[in-house]
Amino acid sequence: MAEQEVAQSVITDEMREAVGKESPPMTLEVEKTNCRMFARAVGHTDLIFYDEDYARSKGYRNIVAPPGFFGTPIFKPGAGRGEGPPGRGFSIPYKRVLNGGTDYEYFETICAGDTLTATSKIAGFTEREGSIGPMLITERETTYTNQDGKVVGKMHGTTIQY
Amino acid sequence: MADQVYFEDVAEGDEIPNLMKNCSTQQLVLWAAGSGDFYQIHYDKDFAQSTGLKDIIVHGALKNAFLGQLLHDWVGEGGSIKKFGCSYRGMDDAKQDINCRGVITKKYTENGDNFVELDVWTENPEGKKTTPGTALVTLPSKN
Repeated sequence: MAEQEVAQSVITDEMREAVGKESPPMTLEVEKTNCRMFARAVGHTDLIFYDEDYARSKGYRNIVAPPGFFGTPIFKPGAGRGEGPPGRGFSIPYKRVLNGGTDYEYFETICAGDTLTATSKIAGFTEREGSIGPMLITERETTYTNQDGKVVGKMHGTTIQY
Repeated sequence: MADQVYFEDVAEGDEIPNLMKNCSTQQLVLWAAGSGDFYQIHYDKDFAQSTGLKDIIVHGALKNAFLGQLLHDWVGEGGSIKKFGCSYRGMDDAKQDINCRGVITKKYTENGDNFVELDVWTENPEGKKTTPGTALVTLPSKN
């Protein structure tokens, strides 16, 4: 698709100032049942995602979190979804939102029993004139730190508004 | 699980064994619960149609996780996934084949680790790449 500069930028000073600022931390629990559920939904057949003894026999601390699983946020009735990922809530003229893509990066194995702390930040905004019209592309980066203070992984997400 | 693949066995341009998926509505409901993504376009046909879709569609993140399985099964016990991901470029319908594929684009050794870079993607029955992505994995050496 032919891409070119947009005629009029929708990026405001408020948005520019938000780039790089970290969100409040969010706690994610990595539980055995959730690891199994996620693995089952994908169709994984490796028992390291299901069986504690088997996972230990392969040298893991516990059931392994399957690729793409970084735990479950703690749900509380009435609490809503918190502030959500940064990048929402800015006043821009585009109505429609697409999830552009997600990349995962691993530094350590995540296992059941781990508690992760996630912080997100906006890595940057870009604008393009695409086949669907002018678009605002928001790049987000989430960092996951485990209970020992080790950064275990990162998620890079792209949101497209147009 | 297939036999362990070794760094010495692979070359740039090689295609890795594919993984074929075909999502039942039940699988999409399982994924909604497993991932926490309860957007109704993935399991409620009336809702999906009210947004202009002709039927429910497969979650993009599930296709991404399929690529995770493709890589996990390929690298085996001796390997590991360092990075993987994809762009969501096209919608896939439920009850339709999703072919998960990967091709090696580069291999190199750095600080004693054997790295392999790949292009990975899911493909619909028309051959369109609906989630093109890339991956970085390590493989064990025979030495």
